[in-house]
Amino acid sequence: MKVAISSQGDNLDSQVDARFGRCNYFIIIDSETGEFEAVSNQASGAMGGAGIQSAQTVAGKDVKAIITGNVGPNAFQTLKATDIKIYGVASGTAREAIEKYKKGELQEFSDSSVPGHFGMGKL
Amino acid sequence: MIISVASGKGGTGKTIIATNLALSLNKNIQFLDCDVEEPNAYLFLNPKISKTEPVGIPFPVVDEKKCNYCGKCAEVCAYNAIAVVKNKVLIFPELCHGCGGCSFLCPQNAISEVNKPIGVIEQGKAGQIDFVHGILNVGEALHTPVVRAVKNKINNSKTTIIDVAPGTSCPVIEAVKGTDFCILVTEPTPFGLNDLILAVEMLRKLGVPFGVIINRADVGDKKVEKYCKEEKIPVLMRIPLDREIAVAYSNGIPFILQKKEWKPRFKNLYSKIIKLTVGTKKGRQK
Repeated sequence: MKVAISSQGDNLDSQVDARFGRCNYFIIIDSETGEFEAVSNQASGAMGGAGIQSAQTVAGKDVKAIITGNVGPNAFQTLKATDIKIYGVASGTAREAIEKYKKGELQEFSDSSVPGHFGMGKL
Repeated sequence: MIISVASGKGGTGKTIIATNLALSLNKNIQFLDCDVEEPNAYLFLNPKISKTEPVGIPFPVVDEKKCNYCGKCAEVCAYNAIAVVKNKVLIFPELCHGCGGCSFLCPQNAISEVNKPIGVIEQGKAGQIDFVHGILNVGEALHTPVVRAVKNKINNSKTTIIDVAPGTSCPVIEAVKGTDFCILVTEPTPFGLNDLILAVEMLRKLGVPFGVIINRADVGDKKVEKYCKEEKIPVLMRIPLDREIAVAYSNGIPFILQKKEWKPRFKNLYSKIIKLTVGTKKGRQK
C-alpha cells in the first residue's frame, strides 16, 4: 500500500515537513516493500491554492494515506473527495514516521488542523 | 485629463486631497472612488445616487454528465481554484479569478459560466460633480473587476479625479494605470517614507507621471523631503497638521468649505499638474 509523507528532503532520513501544501517533497513509500520515490512538490511556492494542488499530486500517485504535520481546509476538502486518509505526525524523519504508521501509532485527522495560508512564509 | 490620488501608506489623506481638489475645480469634474473595499468619498461629497449596477465575474459550473474527469481545467487554472480527483470536480470559489480559462479549454465543453455577483457600482451627482463609486461585497477578495467597472465610466470630456485604495497591490495598480498623472499623498514619518518609496517604484514601472503631497508636513522628520529632492520628485503641496482640518474631516466636511484660503491652492495644484503632464505622452495627446 502506498503512503505519502510530506518531507523537507528527498530521502527517508529527511525530516517530516509540518506543512502539507507547501512541503518540499512527497516521499511516496510502499509500506510493505519499503520501496520509495521522492516527488518534488511543484506547489510549494504557489501564489495560492497550494494545498489543493498538492492534494491532486498525491491523489495522482494512487496513495491510500498521507502522513504530514498539518493540513489546511482546502487541502482537507480535496483529500476528503478521495478515499485517502490523513495522519498527523509532530516531528522526526520520514523513516520514523512510516514505522509509527505501521505500528498504528499515528492519529487520523477528522478535520483540517490549521486555517488557510498556514504554511505560507514558513521555513 | 485623468488624475489618480494614491499613497503607499494608508491614512495619509488621499480622500481629503481628492475631494477637496474636486470641489475646488467643481466645473466639468467627474469623481471616481476606486477604493472599492471601503469607499468613503461619498461621506464628503454627499452624492445623490441615481443608478446602481451589479458587477460580477464569470464563475465555472461543471456539467457532470459531459465531464470525463480529464483534469484539463485543474491543470490550466493559474489560481489552483479547481481540483479534479477520483471522478469529482471541486471548485473553490474564493480562489477563482473569473478568467474563463477552464471553460474555454475544456475538451468536453462541460464547463459553462454563470455570473457571480461580487459588488455594485453606484452613479449620481454631487452638486455639479459627476460621481461614481464601486462597492465590493463584504468578504469578497477580488477587487479588480469592480475597480475596472468604475473606470469604465470614465468620461473623457471631463477632468476625472480617482480616489485610489492604499498600498501597491492589484486594485491600486488597476486604478492608477492609464491615468495621466498620479498624486502620491504621504506623511513625514518613517512609515510614510517606506511606503512612498514602494508607490514610486510602482508608478515608475507603470510609466505614470507623479508628484507628492506631504500631509501633516510640519510634524515628523525631513526624510520624505530629502528623498523627493534626491529623486527629483516634485512636492506639489504641503498641508500642516491643523486641528480645524481634522475636525472638519471628522464631521465629513471638505475643509476648503471652511478654510477658503485653500481653494486657490488646490486650483494652483491643478495648474502645476497640467504643466507637469505637458510633454508626456498623455499631455501631447491632449
